[in-house]
Amino acid sequence: MNNAERTRRELMIRMIRDFLDGNLAETIDRIPVEMRPRSAEPARCCVYKDRAMLKYRLMALMGFGMEEEDDETRPLRSYLADALAGKNHTAPVLSVCTVGCHGCVDSHVQVSNACVGCFARPCVASCPRQAISVVNQRSTIDRSKCINCGKCMTVCPYHAIIRNPLPCEDACPVGAIGKDEDGLVKIDFDRCIYCGKCFRSCPFSTIMERSSLINILDALRARRPVTAMVAPSVTDQFPGTIDQLFAALRLAGFSSIMEVALGAELTTQHEAAEFFERMARGDKLMTSSCCPAWVEAARRHIPEIVPMVSSTPSPMAYAGQLARKAHPEALTVFIGPCIAKRREAQKDPNVDYVMTFEELGALLAALEIDVISLEAPPLEAPAASYARNFARSCGVNQAILQEIGDSKPDAEHPAIDEKFINGLDRKSMNLLKMYAKGKLPGNFVEVMACTGGCVGGPCSLAR
Amino acid sequence: MSEPCKMKVEICLGTTCYVLGSFRLSALEEQLPPELADRVEVAGAACLGLCKDRNYGKAPFVRINGNRVVDNATIEKVLDALKEELEKCNE
Repeated sequence: MNNAERTRRELMIRMIRDFLDGNLAETIDRIPVEMRPRSAEPARCCVYKDRAMLKYRLMALMGFGMEEEDDETRPLRSYLADALAGKNHTAPVLSVCTVGCHGCVDSHVQVSNACVGCFARPCVASCPRQAISVVNQRSTIDRSKCINCGKCMTVCPYHAIIRNPLPCEDACPVGAIGKDEDGLVKIDFDRCIYCGKCFRSCPFSTIMERSSLINILDALRARRPVTAMVAPSVTDQFPGTIDQLFAALRLAGFSSIMEVALGAELTTQHEAAEFFERMARGDKLMTSSCCPAWVEAARRHIPEIVPMVSSTPSPMAYAGQLARKAHPEALTVFIGPCIAKRREAQKDPNVDYVMTFEELGALLAALEIDVISLEAPPLEAPAASYARNFARSCGVNQAILQEIGDSKPDAEHPAIDEKFINGLDRKSMNLLKMYAKGKLPGNFVEVMACTGGCVGGPCSLAR
Repeated sequence: MSEPCKMKVEICLGTTCYVLGSFRLSALEEQLPPELADRVEVAGAACLGLCKDRNYGKAPFVRINGNRVVDNATIEKVLDALKEELEKCNE
């Protein structure tokens, strides 16, 4: 576990513990100093910068970004009061804390001093732009010609040519993040699909998510009814069984708990029916719609594929309907590994808040609830295993194949030729553009933005 | 010849240890070098209660033979501790 993950989780546990103890307003402005006292070894340039980043991370945990800070002297307890009054979440779910940005150099390929100036010069031969020449017994790249394709890297027998990455920009599948005029990171929210890849990739923890944690904790502490809707990707995220995890959620104060996999059962049924309807009316292709980052990516970057994206609601949307119906008085909280779900929830009246697995882990740790030791009765109505499998790459395809069963294809029910995209990146975005143009075989494409499916989500607890 | 040294490793799967990284330690068993492989028994454990006792440093915790505690545990740290224990036992 790297230092950024560890610090983030320690901070969450601390904040939650103090909030539930009822003294966060008194302690919150002390937390950054207590976690990084003057005697501590700084992880950035100095403990003061470490403290500043902890402060902004606490703001993000309360639903505010650095962008909303108009008075730098304003104490954290004042933001806490605003969060409890519901004045947070006025901006996009991702926040860029430029204070922490290292201002990395632009991604480029360069020759390191491991170059020995060999006789064969495969780098020179492999370069499609004739950008490499040997000067003073060493390969040199002409920046004005180089297109950073990396061919020279792969052929150098000494591994002397390296790529200097710009982690956030390299991770973004849609070119939504980059540096602005002053060399610091900036997200273009007209392009952003909220996949969270930048959040995971930035080695300086500059990208933060505006959390709803405080609002959820406030409801739990006041013993208001709260329904937890646990995403199918929960498998393998916590120690113990799902029965034990549900018992832990109950101890944590959730008044009712449901599996979002129950929603995935409905998504499967409707999506299979929708597939046949579309094929019957002459459509050539349908894509899945359960991944909100993919739906956003289609809308913003591949408009020609939008008519082919399934209109079936996501498992979260169905679960929200079920939860509202069962407990209309309760707040609904989706718990999963996803940042894009925060965005989807903002548009769904049946989902009030989103909590990440990481935040749930921190909540259970703060409450000292030992999941693995709990006595737990088996779930009354467990979801089908195909629905629990929805969160893995190819899981949607398998669920739909199971739903269709082994009925023989006929005129109204053509055979499904299922394909999948396991993780969005620039390459797979290009593949999807080709699918939209009908240039690739297949009539159903499952798309998951995260590699491995939701189980590889940016806010998963164990991966 | 005396009995070969046997050692027991308990990886704390209590929630705090788990959240702070003990889930990564489950790969320990596969990474045991040959001299340790058939002597070491690795098991997950419910909360060892160490996170409440600040004297022990920080989670995640691993306990060896019921008495030696490795804090801020990583696979490397646990392997080093196991090798030390093996030496002690062989003396």
